[in-house]
Formats: sequence, structure tokens, C-alpha cells
Amino acid sequence: MLDRNQIAQRIAQEVKNGWYVNLGIGIPTLIANYVPEGISVEFQSENGILGMGPFPFEGEEDADLINAGKQTITARPGAAIFDSAISFAMIRGQHINLTVLGAMEVSQNGDIANWKIPGKLVKGMGGAMDLVASAENIIVAMMHTNRKGDSKILKQCTLPLTGVGCVKKVVTNMAVLEVLGDGFRLLERAPGVSVAEIREATAARLVIEGEVPEIAF
Amino acid sequence: MNKVCANAGAAIVGISNEMTLMLGGFGLCGIPENCIAALVKSGVTGLTCISNNAGVDDFGLGLLLQNRQIRKMIASYVGENAEFERQMLSGELEVDLIPQGSLAERCRAGGAGIPAFFTPAGYGTEIAEGKEVREFNGKPHILEAALTADFAIVKAWKGDTLGNLIYKGTARNFNPVMAMAGKITIAEVEELVEPGELDPNYIHTPGVFVQRIFQGAKFEKRIEQRTVRSRS
Repeated sequence: MLDRNQIAQRIAQEVKNGWYVNLGIGIPTLIANYVPEGISVEFQSENGILGMGPFPFEGEEDADLINAGKQTITARPGAAIFDSAISFAMIRGQHINLTVLGAMEVSQNGDIANWKIPGKLVKGMGGAMDLVASAENIIVAMMHTNRKGDSKILKQCTLPLTGVGCVKKVVTNMAVLEVLGDGFRLLERAPGVSVAEIREATAARLVIEGEVPEIAF
Repeated sequence: MNKVCANAGAAIVGISNEMTLMLGGFGLCGIPENCIAALVKSGVTGLTCISNNAGVDDFGLGLLLQNRQIRKMIASYVGENAEFERQMLSGELEVDLIPQGSLAERCRAGGAGIPAFFTPAGYGTEIAEGKEVREFNGKPHILEAALTADFAIVKAWKGDTLGNLIYKGTARNFNPVMAMAGKITIAEVEELVEPGELDPNYIHTPGVFVQRIFQGAKFEKRIEQRTVRSRS
């Protein structure tokens, strides 16, 4: 099984040189730590910065410089700051090449649910609905099952949706999956995890073609 | 033209019960903390507040929530505030959650004289319920209406006495779009200067959008998530 950092490390392999990338809160934030040498990307944070850098050194935190997770950050040389309307113009206008976000559930037609558990948890969607409605390339980073062991990779989402038919790829602690519309193609499996174990943990239709390679770092 | 107010108390004169307010800021970054303190002191109640977040329990809009001064909250993300969640789940507080980009654009549209627009955000979700759907370029979009407010309250880094504003860092966020959408816009600034002292090339909010301005007495600028890296 992959841990959170390894999920981030695997997704980092998807990032191409010259891309503008929006990373969601949680596992996606960790991806910035694993972008391979020689790949130059600019990270966008939807509260209004392009060219987001690493966390500041202790004592250099600036209350006026945060990311969408409200964490103190730095600006890289060449960064740009803008207002929220411009920020979502970049997102809605498809100027951002890759969006990675977390999810509570994903379904085989590419639906995603990640903002609300009725009666229990209502945090709001933040920028997630705008991001998933417009981005061409959406990867979800998530755990394959919940704490009770139930699959979060479903035929149909049960929670209120964030977006419909938008997710292209899912990287979990067990597998790399491609959204086909009527199922998920199993592209890779986590080291030491068998196809049978993935099948067992997946409620959606799983398409397996030939030998499924292990995730390599 | 005299836009300058002596302090936050003087700037919020006219804000009365049941009014709709817009408040700039993202999390606790770039919030008009002096005006929020003055609103708490004023005891005004039944407010509808439009703001991306609802503060934390003991700072930002959380102070107005603790005091039961807000009747309705229009926001995109409210996960940092336990009192908010309690009031919402118990039905004391009316809440309208809006996708963040739609919230920003609805404010911008409100200030720009555009009554409504189509956006793909939220199509197929519960926030699209009851909204007109139309297809453009083969893709469904939903109709979102512009937002305006009786008062918009924003926070800027520097401003001049004509109301021209410059923001700093990501404290800009929703402030420029909300400044456009208030019938009366109040700007609190860290530094208030005379006309001519700000370079016209670097004005973010032109003074035409701002009716009242004052230099805040103090800015706590609380950090919500202090994240650092080690020097080694």
C-alpha cells in the first residue's frame, strides 16, 4: 500500500514541463515536493497566486501570503498575485493544465463528491466545483476505502456531487485507475498489492487488460 | 470630495439591522478587522453577510456569529468555524454555499452592471437546482445572478484620500471585486496617504468604487495555519 506521500509522488510523475498546476488541500499539496528534476511547473493557488513557493523559513511568515489551505507560503521569483475573479478566470477559462484534488467518493463515469455529508459535515465546496467543471485534466488523490473498509471507488456516488463526468484518473493507496465512463481501467497496482485485493476493495466495474504492472518510483 | 472617516466607528455609520454586507478576505487574510470590531460594538443584527469564509470562532466574522448578529451567511467554505457549523446544523443560521469562482464572479458582475452570467461550475450538483441550464459549445452551463450589497467592506494595504487602493500579497483575494459591488464601499487601510503618493500605474481598485476610507487603528493579522520549513 502507498502512504500519502507515495500517492503524491506517483501523481508527480504525471506533471509535464511548463504546466500550470492547481493542487488541492491534503495529499495534493504534497505533490509539490516530488516534481522530478528538470520539470519546471508553476503552482496556482486559487486564493490568488501563481508561482507559489515552499513554506517560509521560521520567522519569515507573512500573514498576507497564504495558500488556499490558509497555510503561510512564499512567492517564487516571477510569481504573480491577482484577485479571486481573475483566479477563477484562469481556472474556468482552462488556462490551468492540471488540477489534483481529494475526494470522498469517485464513480466510474467520472463523478466526484468531496464537499458535503448531509446532516453531518458541511464545510462547503470552496473552489472545487469551479475547478472540476472546467479543468481538462483532473486527477483525484484519495484512499481506496474508508475507515470501515468500504470502497470509495463506486459505480455511482452516494454523496452530494461536486462535479459530473469530470475525473480522468484516480491514484489511491492501492492503484492507479483510469476513468472509462462505464468502469475503471486498472493501470498500475501498489507494490505488493494483488489484482484480487484491488478487485475486492473496488465497488465499481474494474477493467483489467493483461499483466498489471506495479507502480514504480 | 471628502471620503475620509476618522475611524471604523465613523465609517460604519448607516449600517443597520437586516442589511446585506460584503466583507473581503480569504480565511483571515485581508479581512477588514477594524470594521468587524466596530460592527460587534454597534450591536447591529439580522445581517446577511457575503464573504468567502466565516472567520474562526474568536476572530473575523466568527465574532459577529458568536454575538448572533448574522442571520444569513453567503460563503464558499466555512470549515474553520465550529460555532458556524453548530448554528447552521441547528437551523439558527441561514446558509447559502456558493462555488468560490461563482461567488467572485457574482460580486464582480454586480459591480460591473452584468445582471447574470452562465457558468459550468455546479452543473449537475445540488447548487444547480432551480437554475436555468443552457448549452454553449456543447457543454451545459447554469445561470448565476449578480450580487450586490448595501455596504461592501474591504481591507487594503495602502489607500489615498480619493479612495484609490493597493493591496498586498494574497490579502487582495475578494477585496477588489467586493469593492465594486457595494452601494457604499468602505475601505480600511494600513496606510492612508495623500493623492499623488500612489503610482497610478499600480492602483488595484480605482477610487470611484470607494465612498469611505480610513486608516485602521491596529491590524492583528492573525495567521490561521502557520506552516514553516526548517533552515537545515
